[in-house]
Amino acid sequence: MTKAQIIERVSEQVTTLTKRQAEIVVNTIFDCIRDSLRNGNKTEIRGFGSFRLRARRMKEGRNPKTGATVAVPAKRVPFFKAGKELKELLNK
Amino acid sequence: MDGGGKGMRKADIANEIFKQVGVSKNDAADIVELVLNLLKGVLQKGDAVKIAGFGNFVVRSKGARKGRNPRTGEEIGITPRRVVTFRPSQVFKKYVNS
Repeated sequence: MTKAQIIERVSEQVTTLTKRQAEIVVNTIFDCIRDSLRNGNKTEIRGFGSFRLRARRMKEGRNPKTGATVAVPAKRVPFFKAGKELKELLNK
Repeated sequence: MDGGGKGMRKADIANEIFKQVGVSKNDAADIVELVLNLLKGVLQKGDAVKIAGFGNFVVRSKGARKGRNPRTGEEIGITPRRVVTFRPSQVFKKYVNS
């Protein structure tokens, strides 16, 4: 299911919202998570899961075309851990 | 946009929706719950959730394997199960490093 389909479903199920408002709702949820991580904070969504950043050390990489060694800089990557309720739901 | 240093929770997201959309705080909280239940329902069916600019949630099946209780060293069987993995989009990965 894509974001557009989620927006569609939300606007069907919450009749008080316009399509545009449903779009803002769905965007806001994911923007909040994204911004929170960028600010260095994790997001914990009870019943669903938590998002945080994991640090990746600098490493040596290679240009696959030339074989030359290049340094891949240290970076942070978003990481999701499913919550207990979601895990159980998938294995019922 | 976040709870001020200590991490974000559902209530903070609901509060942001209250500000952006102008629905009551109670309604905003209900709507957040509805969206999450929608996502959970999709994943429970085994389908993927694809959010452009954010990432994809994919359900994967894992076979049975042997594990060990890390405390006692005792060998235990791990039953086959389904797990959710999240693959962040390029946009999201760049965003947190910018």
